[in-house]
Amino acid sequence: MTGAAGGPQLDRPIRVLIAKPGLDGHDRGAKVIARALRDAGMEVIYTGLRQTAEMIVNAAVQEDVDAVGLSVLSGAHMHYFREVAAALAARDAADVLLFGGGIVPDQDLPALAELGVGRIFTPGANTNDVVDYVREAVARIRGAGAD
Amino acid sequence: MPARVPRAGGAYNAGMKPKGAWLSDDYEAATARMPERDAPFETLSGIPVAPLYTAEDVRGFDEGAQLGYPGAFPFTRGVQASMYRSKLWTMRMFAGFGTAEQTNERFHKLLDAGQTGLSTAFDLPTLMGYDSDHGMALGEVGKCGVAVASLADMEVLFEGIDPEKITTSMTINSPANAIWAMYLAMAERKGADLAKVGGTLQNDILKEFIAQKEYIFPPAPSVELVIDTFEWGPQVAPRFNFVSVSGYHIREAGSTAVQELAFTLADGIHYVRKALERGLDVDEFAPRISFFFNVHNDFFEEIAKFRAARRIWARQMRDVFGAKDPRSWMLRTHAQTAGVSLTSRQPLVNVARVAIQALAGVLGGTNSLHTDAFDEALALPTEESATLALRTQQVIAHESGVTNTIDPLAGSYFLENLTDEMERRTLAYFESIDALGGVEGAIEAGFFAREIGDASWRQQRDIDERRRLVVGVNAFEQEAQEVPIQLVDPAVVAVQRERLAKVRRERDASAAAAALAELRRRAKEGVNTMPAFMQAAHAYCTLGEQMDVLREVYGVYEEPVLI
Repeated sequence: MTGAAGGPQLDRPIRVLIAKPGLDGHDRGAKVIARALRDAGMEVIYTGLRQTAEMIVNAAVQEDVDAVGLSVLSGAHMHYFREVAAALAARDAADVLLFGGGIVPDQDLPALAELGVGRIFTPGANTNDVVDYVREAVARIRGAGAD
Repeated sequence: MPARVPRAGGAYNAGMKPKGAWLSDDYEAATARMPERDAPFETLSGIPVAPLYTAEDVRGFDEGAQLGYPGAFPFTRGVQASMYRSKLWTMRMFAGFGTAEQTNERFHKLLDAGQTGLSTAFDLPTLMGYDSDHGMALGEVGKCGVAVASLADMEVLFEGIDPEKITTSMTINSPANAIWAMYLAMAERKGADLAKVGGTLQNDILKEFIAQKEYIFPPAPSVELVIDTFEWGPQVAPRFNFVSVSGYHIREAGSTAVQELAFTLADGIHYVRKALERGLDVDEFAPRISFFFNVHNDFFEEIAKFRAARRIWARQMRDVFGAKDPRSWMLRTHAQTAGVSLTSRQPLVNVARVAIQALAGVLGGTNSLHTDAFDEALALPTEESATLALRTQQVIAHESGVTNTIDPLAGSYFLENLTDEMERRTLAYFESIDALGGVEGAIEAGFFAREIGDASWRQQRDIDERRRLVVGVNAFEQEAQEVPIQLVDPAVVAVQRERLAKVRRERDASAAAAALAELRRRAKEGVNTMPAFMQAAHAYCTLGEQMDVLREVYGVYEEPVLI
């Protein structure tokens, strides 16, 4: 996303919004990931619980984040990723990296990829992999924006 | 020459050298030749584990005070005198998805497969007190449980099941009063005698604030709703456990076993204090308080946890709260294997994890058990995976031989030492919680959130940095295994919405309005709400309507955001 100043700032720290959409209160994973990204030097905003897609995208735009990570364990991931992807596009923020984690079966990955969703981390994922992924994916997006 | 006499404590052979000498001579020599493995020699809670335990580690151990007999104070060895020799634990598998019709069908299949009790999983809109057609319910109806929005759904859910014969557990918290009333109303309409209807209501709101976060109202009125069931339950449905004080979710949120034990018992104590403040007699309600613990990977620590839990609860109830009825001293518990320990990589390996955890639950003397299916890190269990999980319990019960004698590990130097240590650490946590003004004060201070957040972070880093190995995750990795998964039919929402619309259209509107008015009056005046919930259930008031009344009276709670 291009900041208000115009043009991407390539050297500013990566800013990530970690969000819990919907009614599910299981927040262990969201908090662990938020902490891992923060420890890796990123600026992390955690939304807290019970967020609608609109609330999440508002926060993402206001905070001018590079990436939004959704944590969904309730089985409603298709619904929430679709809504958040659409709301990001509607706010001209489709270049924000959308990724996630939770209880998501492999069968749903192609449909999520079609929505433009990046990696999905499932139980057993290593937080170092999440950090590496966000760093590389954001660098790629920033690089593309600078061309 | 003086006669050889046993040393003080008398428990070890005087001809044997002291443990310290063995460690400095023999063990050191052995590890000089072959060094200790690079592994964390501590429990999952971080309790150090020595290379060897001997009688020296339990010196001064008072069998009568610490163990007693099974079925007698302090119940360390189990709550019944004959335990599994008379009656095996209840094999109670948690189930629920889609419509009431689909879950009813799964219930019948589980009963046909030899399951001995039912356990209902509700979907998130139900858990949060929203009707299936509410805006916040979009995308969630029937996903991680069954949708129950009125008595009409409850009647379909238990079609063909006799509530006097089959006990049912219901995992519901904030809206527990309303859901319980719907269950009892359903039983009444089948002609059942409520005095004979048994089951368990989870109804543990404190652990929602601590861990699972499915709260609606602020802590103080939420606890009063729980105490309404303490007061009303024993009079009306005396065979029903109106609360299941739950450590399960605390552990799933990332706590250690010690934190799970300490916070759960602290929650139980908080309810007892609140019920006594209301003027209730401890021996009227305490026999129907039940518990629910996790069974995780660390085999001995888990067994010790169950034994310590029973001993601590018995002592608190008798010595602190002055309960006289031995049934008030007994900690009866359900257990479930640790969902959080399951991995999505090589999911079939979860079968082994679940078997070991289930065995720990049985050796810990649990009264009922759910075993997770191996595919639960991917989706809801399929019928096949849920059956395999039940079969795992049946193998332990009928093939392993561990049910032949009661509490077979009692007297183990290591286990008794660990049981004592968990009790000590739990009592230390009680002091920290009391210093913050009790459980409600500690919630407000963010104490539990910090404790659990730090513990889950440490555990995750241990795995990420390979200080702890998890098979298939950070060791022995291999290509993904494909397993079939359970899908939820999206048609659920339409079926559910139609039934809800029909209920609203066909019920007696004035009776429904009168019931909601009565609920509002009782909530406002601080009078027991249960009679109004029964009235509302029979009048087919929806769950959302009832919870909206309470949202209006009590307000809604939002927790401070902490990472």
